[in-house]
Amino acid sequence: MVSASQAIDMDKNVNTRKTVLSIDDLHVWFELKRFGFGHAGYVKAVDGVTFDILDSETIAVVGESGCGKSSLMKTILALYKPTKGKIVFNDKDLSELGNKGMHWYHSNVGYVQQDPYGALAPFMSVQKILEEPLIIGGIKNKEDRIQRIHKAMEEVKLTPVNDFLQKYPHMLSGGQQQRVVIARAMIMEPKFLVADEPVSMLDASVRVEILKLLSNLQEKHNLSVIYITHDLSTVSYFSERIFVMYAGNLVEKAKVRQVVDNPLHPYTMALLTGTSEPDAKNAETFKELPPGEPPSLVHPPTGCRFHPRCSKMITGLCELKFPPDFEPEPGHLVACWLYQ
Amino acid sequence: MTQRDNQILRIEKLTLYFNSSQGPVQAVDGVDFVLNHNRAVVILGESGCGKSSLAKAILRLLPRNAGTFSGRIYLEGQDIMLLNEEEFRQNIRWASISMVPQAAMNALNPVLRVGDQVAEPAIVHLGVDKTEAIALVKKMFRHVGVPEDFISRYPFELSGGMRQRVAIAMALVTSPILIILDEPTSALDVLTQANIFNVLKRLKKELGISFILITHDIATSSELADDVAIMYAGQIVEVSDAYRFFEKPLHPYAKKLLASVPRLHADKEPEFITGRPPSLINLPEGCRFADRCPSRYEKCVEDPPEIETDGRKVKCWLYS
Repeated sequence: MVSASQAIDMDKNVNTRKTVLSIDDLHVWFELKRFGFGHAGYVKAVDGVTFDILDSETIAVVGESGCGKSSLMKTILALYKPTKGKIVFNDKDLSELGNKGMHWYHSNVGYVQQDPYGALAPFMSVQKILEEPLIIGGIKNKEDRIQRIHKAMEEVKLTPVNDFLQKYPHMLSGGQQQRVVIARAMIMEPKFLVADEPVSMLDASVRVEILKLLSNLQEKHNLSVIYITHDLSTVSYFSERIFVMYAGNLVEKAKVRQVVDNPLHPYTMALLTGTSEPDAKNAETFKELPPGEPPSLVHPPTGCRFHPRCSKMITGLCELKFPPDFEPEPGHLVACWLYQ
Repeated sequence: MTQRDNQILRIEKLTLYFNSSQGPVQAVDGVDFVLNHNRAVVILGESGCGKSSLAKAILRLLPRNAGTFSGRIYLEGQDIMLLNEEEFRQNIRWASISMVPQAAMNALNPVLRVGDQVAEPAIVHLGVDKTEAIALVKKMFRHVGVPEDFISRYPFELSGGMRQRVAIAMALVTSPILIILDEPTSALDVLTQANIFNVLKRLKKELGISFILITHDIATSSELADDVAIMYAGQIVEVSDAYRFFEKPLHPYAKKLLASVPRLHADKEPEFITGRPPSLINLPEGCRFADRCPSRYEKCVEDPPEIETDGRKVKCWLYS
């Protein structure tokens, strides 16, 4: 078994980069109560996730709804407490940070929400929305705040700035709203950005514009980014590595090209089959997809969590033993018994 | 069979405006298209281009602020615009043309069992009794891949994909000849989406149903499309068969739209379209795409005619 950090070391290009965020055996469980007090089990939303993110690295976490990717993200944002495991940011363990430390952590981590309209307070103007994190962040001088708002808005191309400052979210198009959300995430000049499906609510032509904006910001500020998405087709333009998540576990971790050109885990293969490309021939064929639906996270299947839907299941192994990470090619980790 | 006989739906100069305090909203503005039996046409466009209004206009599901509503809609040769509201309700809506509305999976009644909900259109339109209707529901559930015992479940007991299948079963239960699907998979996961398209393809093959698929998702639309119609600012700017469209679109907007699709196995970066679509209240003179168009020239200040080349239609001066 090879840990994620060892795998990265093998890659000569990146071994000089510093680790920004390190996640070790993270578990996030939610307790289920019966009639409000009796214990009725746990929803194991994140169940043993380990990975590192390097300085200025972009990572995509891909998975379907209910696989635990949002819980993973919210735990990284310190909105949920881990049940077990550690999150270390810039050599500081999050669980050991006090109030002041949390303040520091939150000003170093930007968050781009999925639904821009829902993420912006309808009664606040763009200026107020962008000023709030600065006030909380302790920028006392009003002039400084205004200056930084201007700078952030120019960066996300909400120009001319003065036309937008006094507007309310409902007066903006979806793309402009998402730009405000990005400006707000960037205004404290974080080193690390968490983007939760930042383009899934937008139209096709705007989607690309926002992705390009994010990738420009990433390059300009050397940001580390976790990009959470269910859409594999947008991943290759934005990320270095992909983590595929299924039922609370990361089942495949590799470079984007490795995953797209040579997927190893049967679930990743299914995701790639399910992703359409515009081609008229699609209408003539039926897609071969795994039967059933993702399992309940309260009582996940024993052994490999994908085994009940897997066409390549090895009887006597997959349903009994949980697969560790194997590394069939350098830097390409897959949790599947086919590669032992 | 003549060409006309093969047509299931022909729409001519269909217009639907909404009244607003700032003037009429020209959501559907002189739309023409033809759909043949057992074919699927995809109406592609961005939000606010009027594609959902087009679906509502075909089914005459007009909101209270509807203003001008004119044009001709021929269903198997019969002009259904001439029918009065009661005739339309009895013979057309859900009897011949049914619809899976946007976000249908969240529109199911939470306090009724899904079986009863799917049975309702059959009881109302086919005049069958409850037992017969439930038998029909079971048959439809088999077609869309919902286990039969789900009939007595409530919507909250079903996953999103299953609820969407139930919504499709509800559109199928009266055996319509045409189903309008408004963004049928936009809120669903990749695998669920692919599964729903498998279901739709099977329905088309086994039951010979025709589809109008309304969507903004270009990549998945190719899963069902025989024909493609591109809608921009209330008008259809290009109509083509899917093969030639996905190979080489004609209208500059369609070209840009196709170039904006991120692809898994291509090195080319996707492009985006600068600017925004015009407001449907203050539409520009001439070509509506002109100020965003990279190939515009002097001619574009005039309204472009609909030009036919090789059986494809395009509303652009470049092809005159």
